[in-house]
Amino acid sequence: MTVNTATTTLPRAGTVRLAAESVSLAYDDRVVVRDLDLQLTDGSFTAIVGPNGCGKSTLLRALGRLLRPVGGQVLLDGHAIQRTPTRDVARVLGLLPQTPVAPEGLTVGDLVARGRHPHQSWLRQWSRDDEAAVAEALTWTDMADLADRPVDELSGGQRQRAWISMALAQGTDLLLLDEPTTYLDLSHQIDVLELVARLHAERGRTVVVVLHDLNLAARYAQRLVAMDDGRLVASGAPEEVLTEQLLADVFDLEARVVPDPVAGTPMVVPVRRLR
Amino acid sequence: MSSSTDAAPRQRPGGLGNPGGDRSAGRGGLTAQRRTRLLGLLLLLVLVGVAATLSIAVGSRSIGLGSVWQALTDPGVPTEETVIVRELRVPRTALGLMVGMALGLAGALAQGHTRNPLGDPGLLGITSGASLGVVLAIYLLGVGTPAGYVWFAFAGALLGTVLVFALGSAGRGGASPVTLALAGAALSALFYALVRAILVSDTDSLDAFRFWVVGALAGRGADVAWQVAPFIVAGLLLALVNAPALDLLGLGEDVARGLGQRVWLARAVGLAAVTLLCGAATAACGPIAFVGLVVPHVVRAFTGPSHRWLVPCSGLLGAVLLLLADVVGRVVVRPGELQVGIVLALIGAPFFIALIRRRRLAST
Amino acid sequence: MTQLEQRTAAETRVHQPGETTVRVGPVSGRVRWRQVTVVVGAAVAVVLLGAASLGRGDFPIGLTDVLRTLVGLGEDTQEFIVLELRAPRIVVGALVGLALGVAGALFQTFARNPLASPDVLGITQGASAGAVAAIVLGGTAGGSGLLGGLGVPLAALLGALVTGLLLLVLAWRSGIDGYRMVLVGIALWAVAAAVTDWLLTRAEIYDAATAYVWITGSLNARTWGEAVPLLVALAVLLPAALATSRALGVVQFGDDTARGLGVRLVPTQAVVVLVAVALTAAAVAAAGPIAYVALVVPQVAIRLTGGARPPLLASGLVGAALVVGADLLTRTVLPQALPVGVLTAAVGAPYLLWLLVRGRRRSTL
Repeated sequence: MTVNTATTTLPRAGTVRLAAESVSLAYDDRVVVRDLDLQLTDGSFTAIVGPNGCGKSTLLRALGRLLRPVGGQVLLDGHAIQRTPTRDVARVLGLLPQTPVAPEGLTVGDLVARGRHPHQSWLRQWSRDDEAAVAEALTWTDMADLADRPVDELSGGQRQRAWISMALAQGTDLLLLDEPTTYLDLSHQIDVLELVARLHAERGRTVVVVLHDLNLAARYAQRLVAMDDGRLVASGAPEEVLTEQLLADVFDLEARVVPDPVAGTPMVVPVRRLR
Repeated sequence: MSSSTDAAPRQRPGGLGNPGGDRSAGRGGLTAQRRTRLLGLLLLLVLVGVAATLSIAVGSRSIGLGSVWQALTDPGVPTEETVIVRELRVPRTALGLMVGMALGLAGALAQGHTRNPLGDPGLLGITSGASLGVVLAIYLLGVGTPAGYVWFAFAGALLGTVLVFALGSAGRGGASPVTLALAGAALSALFYALVRAILVSDTDSLDAFRFWVVGALAGRGADVAWQVAPFIVAGLLLALVNAPALDLLGLGEDVARGLGQRVWLARAVGLAAVTLLCGAATAACGPIAFVGLVVPHVVRAFTGPSHRWLVPCSGLLGAVLLLLADVVGRVVVRPGELQVGIVLALIGAPFFIALIRRRRLAST
Repeated sequence: MTQLEQRTAAETRVHQPGETTVRVGPVSGRVRWRQVTVVVGAAVAVVLLGAASLGRGDFPIGLTDVLRTLVGLGEDTQEFIVLELRAPRIVVGALVGLALGVAGALFQTFARNPLASPDVLGITQGASAGAVAAIVLGGTAGGSGLLGGLGVPLAALLGALVTGLLLLVLAWRSGIDGYRMVLVGIALWAVAAAVTDWLLTRAEIYDAATAYVWITGSLNARTWGEAVPLLVALAVLLPAALATSRALGVVQFGDDTARGLGVRLVPTQAVVVLVAVALTAAAVAAAGPIAYVALVVPQVAIRLTGGARPPLLASGLVGAALVVGADLLTRTVLPQALPVGVLTAAVGAPYLLWLLVRGRRRSTL
């Protein structure tokens, strides 16, 4: 089990790979995120947490250049991400939206193979690298045996594994995941997060994940970023962020924070909802 | 004939020639799905040959295969049969191949882009635009031959699509399948209103238009085939270029963009291809329903959802379907002819309904 | 996330602005003023347009004379023109618009698809095929005597009902899935359109011209003979349609949710489709398939009332206003008498387009 016992505020010394510089985000006229700054260093594992509607998925979309900021900018390796050719971005940064839907009848192998798109061209449609990357991604996620099965016939946990496998085959340094555990039972939530943690630990991926479950976020991520109402309210190691005061302020929740008996990371035990 | 049959194998070096193809990941050798796809493609190619041969040989006057062969290869003294084959049957068959292929391709693209098995090029204002173009040509300019209609129909189809997209994506939110469909329906309503206003007040126009609107290959000569061929070839190329992008778009726009696909570019290429293909087909033969709607559903049964296979195979099956329907139309009411558009609707509809009832419908 | 946000907002605002709760004895309900405004406004528009229409035409009659005639004090010629020529035409127009608007709203709500209308589902096209068959085959000797002898309205009614029943039967698989219904409807449409087009190519050009006017939808020379049966049909069908309205609002959420909320799904589905088919058939038999009313009007009504689905009554009244208004235009403004079906599309379609471009926010049903 890969359990992080972070001791410093900055997860790991390293260069900044992805940064938001006073970013404001809006859908039509509705501003969702205002003037937000965030830096993500190489090899870090960050979880963005916050109540429903606080703008965490919106922020993740902007970090993955799916949403153009109305103010400020997102920098990928120091360059404005919106001005970088999208295919170049796709070789460095992979992302998985919340509950993606595969076309009916698409097999796992086909799905994972589509992750190689940024590395392919009209002449180079299926190189040895592609084949190797797909095979490795399938093996690594334990999906090789299911490669010929249609994605829509898989269970929820297997389906999420297939999508992560696709993101893995993309071979990017950075990986953004939007609530990868939605609709999964607890053991499959652990399964998926273990997989992501292994990607981080063994493959050195820089991971940003939006998570609902605070205890799981604290256990797997090195760094938590807490958002409330479109602002960043706290950032740092789980011990520093997950305080009883923050839970009251951000989640309107009276709670005790105790050490997780297994991992030693902070664990939230709710008492009651405030207000 | 040349343009359409050449084009389909052109896909093969890309799609089939690679070791491993676009799947087989994690496993070596031919998997079941790959074999099915290859067999399906081969079968389609054979069927195209059979349908084309039938289309040349069968008619109000049946011509033996030997005579057909002689007409095609022997430049000697023209007999009545060789003239029929060369002047009538071959151009008609070539046009049928092109139009059927164009409609099949356009249908596959339209369904892929809308992620909607109902996606039909007719919804985008192409048919109504072409109808308006033809009616205006008849009413104002007195044009009276299929070859004369072509440019007006094509211009109308272009105008229809451009307007539908401009209106459907105007304002906030951009083009969504729902707004596009509504804009298409509303614009079609407007165009047909103009068409009807002319037709109810001018009997001569109605007399010409009623024979265009049924959709037919009859009476179209080599001139029509040459007129639309460049557009169909261009549309074919764009469609083949567009197919891989559709595989990504099928995973959702966010995932597609995450994988480095420029979504607007893929959409623009797809729209251009659909307009060229469907516009040219409608211009040549009049509105022909059902090929674009039904063919991709049938093809999907053996190709699966991969558009690299689905798009070219839909083109081939479209050609087969149109040619066979045309042959049937020549046979059933001899010595008269049933127009290919009518035959397709009468054969296609029951088949389509059976398909709908059999499948569990996943509306994406 | 945004959905959750909206839901909490809705919960806190149980009492929405522009809405008044009415409780009288055991009766209670909520009045949505915007809907009421649209309904009343459309009804007033129908009456005004109708009144204007009674006076206008080749033989103009002043408003006071019209009123005098209506209460039985007019001259004989005026009485004949107003009561025998114009009134039935206007009544038929209003009723047809009402029926088509309601039918369209029923179909669109039921299928959860703005394109689901009797036009797209093939029902009006079925009526056209029937009518054209009667005109073409009845016109020439040796045709199907039975079909020719039926008379055009009856043949159209038959065509619409047969297509509608086919739609119901073919789309039925332990209940009707809205999506499957639309697909089956498109197939039926194509067959009916092919038959119509083919019959038109087989006809003498004069028969074809007559048939073409008919399938465009026209109010010309309509008499009380068409108006009265239509009125009777609507008297039965309209209450039935309104009765399904509440269940429809729940059906819209999807089958499982609807069952969970206690709607008996299968009977509701069957009743909704049958009522919508019957409304369409009645309208089409009276005036021909007046184009696009059923498609456009519910979409206009939903944008006027701002609800989540096409409101039935408002759709009906907007439909009536559209048809009566379009008929008035054909008889006054235009240089040449066109069938009203040309105008309904020419007026309705741009209006829908304008609404689409302007009111962009909600691009749902």
